[in-house]
Amino acid sequence: MNIIEVVNLSKNFKTKKGFITAVKDVSFNVKRGELFGFLGPNGAGKTTTINILCTLLAPTSGRAALNSYDIVSNPNEVRQSIGLVFQDPSLDERLTARENLEFHAMLYNVSKSLRNDRIKYVLKMVELYERKDDMVNTFSGGMKRRLEIARGLLHYPKVLFLDEPTLGLDPQTRSHIWEYIHQLRKKEDITIFLTTHYMAEAENCDRVAIIDYGEIIAIDSPDNLKKQIGGDVVSLVAEEKAMAKKTIEKEYSVSVMEDDGKLYFEVKEGETFLPKFIKKADFKILSISLRRPTLEDVFLKLTGRHIREEAAEADTALKIHARRLRK
Amino acid sequence: MGPDEMNRNLMGIYTIWLRDVRRFWRDKPRIIGATIQPALFLFLLGTGLGKGIIGSFGKDLKGDYLSFIYPGIIGMSILFTSIFSAISIIWDREIGFLKEVMVAPISRWAVAVGKAFGGSTVSVFQGCLMLIFAPFVNVHINLIMVATLIPLIFLIAFSITSLGIVAAARMHSMQGFQVIMNFLVLPMFFLSGAMFPITNLPKWMDLFIAINPLTYGVDALRGIILGMNNYPLIMDVGLIAGFGIVMISIAMVIFGKGE
Repeated sequence: MNIIEVVNLSKNFKTKKGFITAVKDVSFNVKRGELFGFLGPNGAGKTTTINILCTLLAPTSGRAALNSYDIVSNPNEVRQSIGLVFQDPSLDERLTARENLEFHAMLYNVSKSLRNDRIKYVLKMVELYERKDDMVNTFSGGMKRRLEIARGLLHYPKVLFLDEPTLGLDPQTRSHIWEYIHQLRKKEDITIFLTTHYMAEAENCDRVAIIDYGEIIAIDSPDNLKKQIGGDVVSLVAEEKAMAKKTIEKEYSVSVMEDDGKLYFEVKEGETFLPKFIKKADFKILSISLRRPTLEDVFLKLTGRHIREEAAEADTALKIHARRLRK
Repeated sequence: MGPDEMNRNLMGIYTIWLRDVRRFWRDKPRIIGATIQPALFLFLLGTGLGKGIIGSFGKDLKGDYLSFIYPGIIGMSILFTSIFSAISIIWDREIGFLKEVMVAPISRWAVAVGKAFGGSTVSVFQGCLMLIFAPFVNVHINLIMVATLIPLIFLIAFSITSLGIVAAARMHSMQGFQVIMNFLVLPMFFLSGAMFPITNLPKWMDLFIAINPLTYGVDALRGIILGMNNYPLIMDVGLIAGFGIVMISIAMVIFGKGE
């Protein structure tokens, strides 16, 4: 059963220079109980799509239904069915953790008899129960994100949206957040829809949609996506690069890509291929390595470029810095 | 709208109101600041100006300048507190909190109404706090007066908060605050008759004074506290209420359209 159905969804934004298409004729379904991921570089249209699905933005065309409610004609029912963790913080820092959750419970009509137990439960889940009466402005970035996850779960949503849930967090906190996400799937009957530009995080998903320039260019399980790559990835440094490239392409009928002084190509059953390859090579190999394909390879193959995590990280760091300065 | 939806919206209004009141109550420096500022106007500016002004205003003043401006200063306190409460929408937007409210399963117009009630409640508190200065300006306040003043202050505050919400509804940075201050708040204060009688003024000023809702607020306050009216009380109250209804309706429409 599909909990989210999206058909030919598009979103244009008006700018001074004309229209920008942020989401271009996107169609996909998310199954109930799935951990579904949107993978793509910054500005690919991930957040715009989420904002449309959570009724913050109206689509330009196309339609979408969530928990079988239409997002345009039944916005309140859609909002009741979803929990949201935004990319940017959205807590009231001058209230305590518990007050933030109480406020949310009241807005989402969680009955008074359930409210306190539920608040206790979600706070314990993200290990913030001891800090429940502390002002949120005393919390670290990771704690705030955890509190937002707890808040998103408070009203028993059918779908939890996590927009870049680990953005701007250190690696340790990041893996901590992932522990909660996995725990959550075991404990609650919930569908998780997340966006990320971290390849490694996308690997955790049941299915991943790769999105670029507002279009979905591939959608499948991480394993199946990686099967598009013809097996394993061999990378090598050879003394005579041009000659080596030509020979390999001719001998094994594969396409060899060159990046950063290294040659890359894909082979099936790399473990048995490698010894034979080295023995047979009539050019000097300086170094060689074999690895399983990653989603990064898939993205590279589909778009011809890297997602460039470093650039995105630097950009994020700047954004966070700018936000702090404003305060 | 079904009964369930109405209940949700009422709960939403209550929740947003509660947050504003709670945050105000916790912010003691704000309460102190918002009490001292009008006190400075009243006692420093009032005493200084009062010395020279009595003669020139003559019979319009009917007595002591300090007690004359006292209801005006209460009006000023309501004006500032209401506008500040409304403006907190911009701040909520900037820190991202407004999003949390906008995706909640309540109608968005309820957000505007909740904010308006929150700002009004806070203003009633702040306005009533001004009553402690009454003995220092030779004004006698009794319980019946207080009972009449509370709903009046609420009405004035509701109208002005709604106006502030309309002004802040589409603003995305605190820079807009200066604009609101200079083009809305200060002119409204100066042209309300808070600091001087509005009789015998140049014609161009009369127009601005007549379209300023605070004029009628100050007139009603002065009527109840000092028994001095330019207009009948019923007219003051009617005009303020009418203005408030128009403003809150506009605010509800703007919020209903979403971000």
